[in-house]
Amino acid sequence: MKAKKGQVRVMTGNAAAAYAARLCRPEVVASYPITPQSEVVEQLSAFHADGVLDAEMIEVEGENSAMNIVCAASVAGARVFTATSSYGLVFMYDTLLQTAGFRAPVVMVNVNRETPGIHAVSTGQQDMISTRDSGWVQIIVENDQEIIDQIIMAYRLAEDYDIQLPVMVNYDGYYLSYLAEAVEIPNIEDVDGFLAPLKQQPQRPRLIPGQARGCGTHGIEMGYVEARYKHWLALEKSAKKVDEIDKAFGEYFGRSYGGQIEEYRTADADIVILASGSAAGTARTVVDAKRKDGLKVGLIKLRLYRPFPEERLVQALKGKKAIGVIDRSVCFGWKYGPMCTELKVLSPKIGSAPILSYIDGLANLDINIPHVGRVIDEVSAAAKGKPYQEITWIPMEE
Amino acid sequence: MVIKHKNIFETESAWSNADKLLLCLDTGSWRTERPVLDKEKCNYCGLCALYCPPQCMKDMEDHYEVNLGFCKGCGICAKECPRGAITMVPEGEFVK
Repeated sequence: MKAKKGQVRVMTGNAAAAYAARLCRPEVVASYPITPQSEVVEQLSAFHADGVLDAEMIEVEGENSAMNIVCAASVAGARVFTATSSYGLVFMYDTLLQTAGFRAPVVMVNVNRETPGIHAVSTGQQDMISTRDSGWVQIIVENDQEIIDQIIMAYRLAEDYDIQLPVMVNYDGYYLSYLAEAVEIPNIEDVDGFLAPLKQQPQRPRLIPGQARGCGTHGIEMGYVEARYKHWLALEKSAKKVDEIDKAFGEYFGRSYGGQIEEYRTADADIVILASGSAAGTARTVVDAKRKDGLKVGLIKLRLYRPFPEERLVQALKGKKAIGVIDRSVCFGWKYGPMCTELKVLSPKIGSAPILSYIDGLANLDINIPHVGRVIDEVSAAAKGKPYQEITWIPMEE
Repeated sequence: MVIKHKNIFETESAWSNADKLLLCLDTGSWRTERPVLDKEKCNYCGLCALYCPPQCMKDMEDHYEVNLGFCKGCGICAKECPRGAITMVPEGEFVK
């Protein structure tokens, strides 16, 4: 461990995100406030006013402009930061695609909230899920400390010369955005030290005044195919990079999160449940309780959603007798939840164990201890060969 | 996967050097008619070059000449020329 112990303070997830962004010394920040993310923008503005954030703060009239600005600034070579949620994320959809296509290493916080259709000012992962094919790296975190640590790690990933991709750090609105808990704030010199390897690599291409260069143009036939292939390949490569950076972070700061996925008591488990975000904390508690009852159950916390951590999941799930997936969003057009649908793709590689899909926690409903307990009991019964329901909307059965 | 494709871009992202790569795109092959300039009428005002979407008008110091390797034949130069010095002529007329 190289880093000195940082100051421990109690703060909300949103404040934690703003502190982390400041520590990474972004040069351009453009962000539009939206519930439940507004405090991130307020805190960054306060830092700027106090003179502790030496960045160009650009006031915008909406999220589409915010993403356009940080994308352009990134293409010009700057380190950038933005934050959004729900309606804001979908309002910037075209610029999300553009930023990824330009391979601009933007780091963005997305505070998970339900999306339009039915107006809901409440948590849910539908916003992030709806942008999964945008070509961004998408990471989901569980608590306030992980918000800080993952934002710092996100810069190491985004700006890596072999990756050059935008990274979206997701955390549950309400559950984490407004949750105040004790966090250790790393010292800025230590964050500088952790991000220093980025300065050792070749400089990525950028706009230089006076030079006639285009980015994202020339999208015809093989020019397009080549750019898409490189983008796809970089996203594939980023999965292993997430593990490497997580390990390096652990060695440097003394905290690590398992990289692409956290495997909790899975090694000797017969059955495994998969959850993500703040619900993983609840799930871990229930797994411990069920273990005391003698049930060999484990938990996988999905941290990396894009790219989907295929290899790590295959290693962790191979030979398990049954799997339960808790989704906090809906996959329109498929019977199962989004994460469950994708996990089912791994079936030939992990065996033919039953995979049970659960929809829970939409619109601020809790993914609580009885719910997770029910999931584990049903998955356990399915593992013993009993008939099971393929898809369950937990709140609809209560 | 065995990749046979030879990279067009030197960079990870789709960056093109406008002088080298961007102008190599064979947009001239899309053309069905081409601008023909009547030098007598041209007073070198530069509006054709200003309006040309792919910026393929070359400054010849007393008039502008179209770069046919690049001109898509959209006809905006002919439409915008205040002196009517540019006529769009079908490509068929130039087939030898």
